[in-house]
Amino acid sequence: MTNQETAFHRRRKFISSLMTILTAACAVFAIVVLLIIISYIAVRGVSSLSLQFLIDTPKPVGEGGGIGNAILGSVMMTGMACIVGLPVGIGAGVYLAELGNNLFGKVVRFLADTLIGIPSIIVGIFVYTLVVLPMGRQSGLAGGVALAIIMIPIVARTTEEMIRLVPNAMREGALALGAPQWRVTWNIVLPAASTGIATGAMLAIARITGETAPLLFTALNSRFYNYYMDLPMASLTVQIFNYATGPFDVEHKMAWAATLILVGSILAINIFVRYLTRRKY
Amino acid sequence: MDNKITVSNLDFFYGKAQALYDISIKIPEREVIAFIGPSGCGKSTFLRTLNRMNDTIPDTHAKGEVIIDGENIYAGGTDVVALRRKVGMVFQKSNPFPKSIFENVAYGIRINGIHKDKADMEVRVEKALRDAALWEEVKDRLSTSAFGLSGGQQQRLCIARALAVQPEVILMDEPASALDPIATQKIEELVVELKKDYTIVIVTHNMQQAARVSDRTAFFMLGKLVEFNPTKKMFTNPDEKLTEDYITGRFG
Amino acid sequence: MEHRIIDQKLDLLRDKLLLLGGATENALHRAMRALTERDSELAQKVLAEDEIIDQMEVEIDRFSIEILALQQPAAHDLRFVISVAKITPILERIADHAGSIADAALVLNDSPQIKELVDLPLMANTAAEMLRRALDAFTAEDAAVSREVIKQDQKINEAYRRVFDELLKMMVDDSTITNSAAHLLFVGKHLERIGDYVKDICELNVYLTEAAFIKHSGEK
Repeated sequence: MTNQETAFHRRRKFISSLMTILTAACAVFAIVVLLIIISYIAVRGVSSLSLQFLIDTPKPVGEGGGIGNAILGSVMMTGMACIVGLPVGIGAGVYLAELGNNLFGKVVRFLADTLIGIPSIIVGIFVYTLVVLPMGRQSGLAGGVALAIIMIPIVARTTEEMIRLVPNAMREGALALGAPQWRVTWNIVLPAASTGIATGAMLAIARITGETAPLLFTALNSRFYNYYMDLPMASLTVQIFNYATGPFDVEHKMAWAATLILVGSILAINIFVRYLTRRKY
Repeated sequence: MDNKITVSNLDFFYGKAQALYDISIKIPEREVIAFIGPSGCGKSTFLRTLNRMNDTIPDTHAKGEVIIDGENIYAGGTDVVALRRKVGMVFQKSNPFPKSIFENVAYGIRINGIHKDKADMEVRVEKALRDAALWEEVKDRLSTSAFGLSGGQQQRLCIARALAVQPEVILMDEPASALDPIATQKIEELVVELKKDYTIVIVTHNMQQAARVSDRTAFFMLGKLVEFNPTKKMFTNPDEKLTEDYITGRFG
Repeated sequence: MEHRIIDQKLDLLRDKLLLLGGATENALHRAMRALTERDSELAQKVLAEDEIIDQMEVEIDRFSIEILALQQPAAHDLRFVISVAKITPILERIADHAGSIADAALVLNDSPQIKELVDLPLMANTAAEMLRRALDAFTAEDAAVSREVIKQDQKINEAYRRVFDELLKMMVDDSTITNSAAHLLFVGKHLERIGDYVKDICELNVYLTEAAFIKHSGEK
């Protein structure tokens, strides 16, 4: 190599290494920020964590108290949202992907995308008018409905995208064997898209688990364990809000602990769903 | 020998664009028929009209008749699902399902309700894999993923899958074009073996392959059927100059 | 790598050639017997069956072209098909010469025998043995034997010279036997030609086995 060629070569090597270092640094930065947030929450919250904390209901300041009912309430309302929202959302997604290449499909897609962008507090107000007023009181049911409404368009759109990603060749292979369309979708397309659909569902669940505004008007809050959906229900997010905005330091500590629980459960959901839908084939 | 498929004056349209012009052809039973022609000549389109796979493409329609075993498959009220069971298809790029080898073959049997019980299913799966010359290579790993097989094996798996539903006609759309020469040879030998029991129509852009395996050859160009003759005649003394030019490589 | 599509066809082609070879050997044997045993009926049979041999030649030609057109043979397979296609007309010509010998026998059997036949049967037996060995060497793809057989032709040529000289002298001495002597000369010529044809077959055998053209190369 001539002198000039060596110079070019060295410059190229230098730029290559520089870019590698820069992009690696960005990745590290992203992870580090995440780790800092999680450890900050952990450090702040762990001191107030105890089994008692997880079981007790809120009590007047100084007497301890916990987030037991809030956890149960969140679980119940999220669960209800899933029971309603997942089938409807996935079903809508399947329709849009397999059959929705028409005007109706275009309209539905547009509305779903719009819905995703609507501030969740408006969903809360909407459900207040639709459910709370006729019922005469706030309830866990209304809270679940609000969460479901937020969930459905997210699940529908991600499901549709994931199903569209399934290669057409697979569909044709099944059709050529004499499978009717519904079987192709049910036996072949859905299982192939399952990881993607689960990821979409998980994103939706993570989103609604962290929602506070829609629950404020619909489920309100409660200081007691509530097993019935037709009464006001506590939720982790609203409770964190209450603790965090309270005047007492003890309450703030409990807010951190509750946040830790919230973040931890979202992480756990992530891991669990990844395990369930691990690619065997 | 009876004619398995009789096509009369078939036109085919993608939207407003016409892709096939007045195709008429009689395909006898239990022979291998090859469709050859330059790219875009309509041979794959025509193949897919034989099991109405073109229905999956929006805005297509056909005029004319395709009669299989005495019934026009384009008549209103045709059971397309049953048609596709009788007329199977193997595609250019092998497309096994993301399931185990066993389940890939079993799928067609299952959805058509052919088997009696679990033991019967296993017998049928084994037979299909044997008929596709794949059994010896996979018999010890039936529950592993189909994607673990090589390209040639995957294609034979797709053939086994098609055979499992007991078709009468097998359509093959360039089945070996994505395979290496050894795998291609295995597929060709399989085709020659299968014609004892099935009518086979194979689209190929490889003329020599058509010469090697088929009994009759149809040459298409620009959506028209130029010549249809026994392969021996086609490759030693074709009727049409156009055919001779194509076969000798003067164009295409 | 057995059981290729082409293998069945190559085996069939080989069988057809060997059948033709057998028929040709048969024609030669019987034609000579028709001459030495003065059996005109046998001579007629040889002439009638020549038609069958012609048909076999046409059939092998057609089949070889079919294999070349449809199966694209390569390397040894290609040399095999080409060799068969070239050996076939040689065999047919040998059979034609056998027919001519039968023709001569028909004429000669109508006249008294003019001499003891010694050299001509020798030539015929040598030629027949050469043909047999050449066809065996083709099947076995034995180039060494093929080269040996080529050398055997020497004997035929020497015997022909003897017959030629003898018959010529006889014709000079006695003009009444000229017709018969001439026909015997022709028989000798036919047998000499057959010997040369078998040499050609052996050269093709060597081509098949070694991919070497020894024809016209002086290697004889």
